[in-house]
Amino acid sequence: MTGQFQLEVFQNEYLPEGAAEVNAIITVTATGSGAAKPAGPAAEVIIMDCSGSMEMPRTKLDEAKRATRAAIDALRDGVQFAVVNGMDIAEMIYPKRTRLVAANASTRAEAKRAVTAVRADGGTAIGEWLRLADQLFIGHSGSVKHAILLTDGRNEHETPEKLDRILKEVSGNFVCDCRGVGTDWEVGELRKVATRMLGSLDIVAEPAGLAADFRAMTAAAMGKDVADVRLRLWTPQGATIKYVKQVEPSLVDLTGRRVESAARSGDYPLASWGDESRDYHLCIEVKPAAVGDRMLAGRVSLLDGDDTVLGKAQVLAVWTDDTALSTRINPQVAHYTGQAELAEAIQEGLAARKSGDVETATAKLGRAVALATETGHEDTAKLLAKVVDIDDPVTGTVRLKRQVAKADEMTLDTRSTVTKRVRKPGGS
Amino acid sequence: MTCPRCGNVVEPSHRFCEECGLNLRQTRTPVGGPLGAAAACRGCGGDSFGPDGFCEQCGHVRPSGRDRMMADLGLVAGLSDRGRRRSRNEDSMACGVAFGAAGQPGPASAVVAVVCDGVASTERADSASQVAADQAADILLEAAAQSDFDAEAATSEAVAAAFEAVTELKRADESPSCTYVSAVVTGTEVTVGWLGDSRAYWIGDALQSEQLTTDDTVVSLLIAAGISEEDALNDPGAHALARWVGADAEEREPHVRTCSPAGSGVIVLCSDGLWNYLPTLGSLDAAVRADPRPPSQRSPSDLVDALVALALESGGHDNVTVVAVPFPIGDGGTT
Repeated sequence: MTGQFQLEVFQNEYLPEGAAEVNAIITVTATGSGAAKPAGPAAEVIIMDCSGSMEMPRTKLDEAKRATRAAIDALRDGVQFAVVNGMDIAEMIYPKRTRLVAANASTRAEAKRAVTAVRADGGTAIGEWLRLADQLFIGHSGSVKHAILLTDGRNEHETPEKLDRILKEVSGNFVCDCRGVGTDWEVGELRKVATRMLGSLDIVAEPAGLAADFRAMTAAAMGKDVADVRLRLWTPQGATIKYVKQVEPSLVDLTGRRVESAARSGDYPLASWGDESRDYHLCIEVKPAAVGDRMLAGRVSLLDGDDTVLGKAQVLAVWTDDTALSTRINPQVAHYTGQAELAEAIQEGLAARKSGDVETATAKLGRAVALATETGHEDTAKLLAKVVDIDDPVTGTVRLKRQVAKADEMTLDTRSTVTKRVRKPGGS
Repeated sequence: MTCPRCGNVVEPSHRFCEECGLNLRQTRTPVGGPLGAAAACRGCGGDSFGPDGFCEQCGHVRPSGRDRMMADLGLVAGLSDRGRRRSRNEDSMACGVAFGAAGQPGPASAVVAVVCDGVASTERADSASQVAADQAADILLEAAAQSDFDAEAATSEAVAAAFEAVTELKRADESPSCTYVSAVVTGTEVTVGWLGDSRAYWIGDALQSEQLTTDDTVVSLLIAAGISEEDALNDPGAHALARWVGADAEEREPHVRTCSPAGSGVIVLCSDGLWNYLPTLGSLDAAVRADPRPPSQRSPSDLVDALVALALESGGHDNVTVVAVPFPIGDGGTT
């Protein structure tokens, strides 16, 4: 059963003479799932990093096991699931054979026993883990397909090219939320995996926090009931799509994920949906028309796995010589443009810091502080304050801290793409 | 006596032809405006539009029949164009010929023309101007077919009807409005009525030309109050309308005046989309006389074509509408 999808467009459709770039924020809100409705089919694969480093310290593996057991407990009856052991190869932890089994009291108990018995050994090859998960999901089309991937280290036992190749093969087949535990993993690497797999990314600096996080991820995945949602974008002849990004709840660039679907139309995967709301930023370059002309810069539709249209929206362009109209700034577009800039400033600032370019690092992180202050990103501002000493938060005058905890730096980097809704005027 | 449309025999006392339903007392432009044929996309020339009204090729909006509206009733002709800088045509016109009690195919008793310019700050300004023009034309044509026709009283009634029609478009958040100018032209007299800044001119063949209307704008009020034209034009709200047709208007009684020209000429009604390029009487007069023929001897459709083309060539910043009625009216050879 399909919920209700509502699409809202926020844009200033008025462009000055000669302008070509059309920006719009599309808010997609799904409602109508919930208690009254039977849950749709779901499939869940938990990938547990069992490389040798998980033994150092021993608590890491113990907490990972505890988290995995919590996730198994959160699976409702009937959900098809499996647990995978990630090393330099991928092996089944539960069940023994390469398949999914339906969750019930006895399979959940068996799975938890198998998880408890696992030993850490070997290396890290994330591509192999994803490939096994992908095989497990075969034959479950129409189900909400979700994986959790936990790792504590770099992808050392396969080449980046191989990981890229596998990501290309499997992305779009299932959603994978990624968690880095400790501080020995690579933020950029895991962010690539999470982004390509349309999942979230976070750091779990303290392994003790894992169980609650796993339970929450599993519960969220169980709340999804419309699988394989796609955003179809029609643009007129001669138009160029500069980008299509998810901008809320986190920044995910979908531009390169386009699959051509019809004349002048392409589909972008949005994975599974529950009762939730997400925002997308579309930036389309059109051929400027004459003042007074009105055109459709984009036709947006949302489709489910069976090509049923769930909702529609229009992105317009009207050229005018009335500057009072064309200079209006749409608050949603401005807000998310600012968020993208904030994330970029943090990521570039941290990269410069790592490479010893103090000047660039200070400038970028200072800009990030100013943006976070201006836009009310208190959480981000707090994380920034652990990396730089702030002299003036408004102008972004900062000094790099001499000593920065690895976990603080990684947390700031990891969470730079977490976004925040536009505050409604007068609202809370 | 036969119906001019189907040739069926008609009684002089009949108001409608019993065969084809033609109104024998009048002929007029269609309600909703003489919509133009707008088939091809202006962006790519294609003709395939989606159900949402946009070109499937290039995304341009389906051209509207209102983009260019043309009417030629022989005794009166009008042309209304979207211009080159506006996304919609919010000007409207309606015109018609009344045949008096004797009916068609007898001589025409009066020609009626109305031009309304929708105020662009409101949505549905195009609907406002069109219903105002259509309603007013109806009242004027009905009245002109009566034997005791009083053109000035009919003009006041027509404006009242226009007010009523436009007020029906009012919603909680907006009050569409428009200007109004009309002319009732007979063999001996010209009666004009107006509210707002759409204008009527008399262009004489030999007699001196004259602007028959005075703009209802803040600048005109200031000048009338004794302020210099230069200072008045510097007032930030100088070009704002002082009077208009709409639910939010205070003054509802139109200006009305009647004149009896002693010679031949042509009555020109227009929206500010024309007179912004020909602001003085002299410039408009010269534009009409650029053609060597006496103004009343040109076909009115030729005259309006030329004036609209001039506005478009000058930039076409606004919607432009021109209606022309040669004076005195001929004997009604309508086509």
